Amino acid sequence: MKRTKVNEMKVIFDSKSENESLARYICAAFCAVFDPTVEALADVKCTVSEAVTNCVVHAYKDTVGKIYMTLKAYNDSSVSISIRDKGCGIEDTKQAREPLFTTDLAGERSGMGFPIMESLSERFSLKSKPGVGTQVSMSFKLDKNTKG
Amino acid sequence: MNTHEKLKLEYADNVMIAYVSDDIDHHRAKGIREGIDARLYADRPERFLLDMSEVSFMDSSGLGLILGRFTLCRELGIDFALSNPSREVEKILDLAGTSRLIRIEKSEKRKDK
Ligand SMILES: Nc1ncnc2c1ncn2[C@@H]1O[C@H](COP(=O)(O)OP(=O)(O)OP(=O)(O)O)[C@@H](O)[C@H]1O
Ligand SMILES: [Mg+2]
Repeated sequence: MKRTKVNEMKVIFDSKSENESLARYICAAFCAVFDPTVEALADVKCTVSEAVTNCVVHAYKDTVGKIYMTLKAYNDSSVSISIRDKGCGIEDTKQAREPLFTTDLAGERSGMGFPIMESLSERFSLKSKPGVGTQVSMSFKLDKNTKG
Repeated sequence: MNTHEKLKLEYADNVMIAYVSDDIDHHRAKGIREGIDARLYADRPERFLLDMSEVSFMDSSGLGLILGRFTLCRELGIDFALSNPSREVEKILDLAGTSRLIRIEKSEKRKDK
């Protein structure tokens, strides 16, 4: 069976912290069509929360910018989610992905956002350019039969 | 007792217990942190228990909240433990590998909904 896209949604929202939960619920609702396990849905919500929080906290810092979220659903019960900002960007993406690495030492951050995103998603990619912005793309298998 | 958002604080016999519930993300962490810290500074208990049995969602911001209270308690000479973390909380703790650092106490009685 050829993998084809069955649904797509784009959401643009302000980088305000109250939108962190909103983004999680939008993604969870988008995934509901595949009847995912509670566990699989929790993984999606957690990774989305990490990516959106990074846009709010790091990309736009004390300013408010736009966060671009694209959701795609496929006929093999997989979902891909990309979260993009036009914020400050990341100088060294390899370093940023390392566990415990954080540039926000005053804000009680643990530097575990990227490691959590990587381990909870099926596929993960990070693209960033200083002064241009950052894009995180993740995909998830939501088929009950293939995953716990 | 003090209620701050969905944070409930109890203080008796030199033990302070903070009950945190629902979703803990970056948006909510600040209010919870401020609510807890104000009382820790004011009351200086011997022990502080962070009860997370009713937490339905947590991301790395919750991790920061836990580690931050752990550090503050160490600075103030307060014995810190995390009590009854929910499955959602335990999953993030496991991913972060914090088990060596944070003491977890599990009591038999789970709060009834
Ligand atoms: N969207 C972004 N724009 C600019 N910089 C980012 C972005 N996302 C992450 N970063 C940078 O990468 C670092 C690591 O991110 P990561 O999410 O792993 O940890 P953190 O956000 O610092 O802490 P935590 O997520 O545990 O609260 C950040 O400290 C920040 O410097
Ligand atoms: Mg982060």
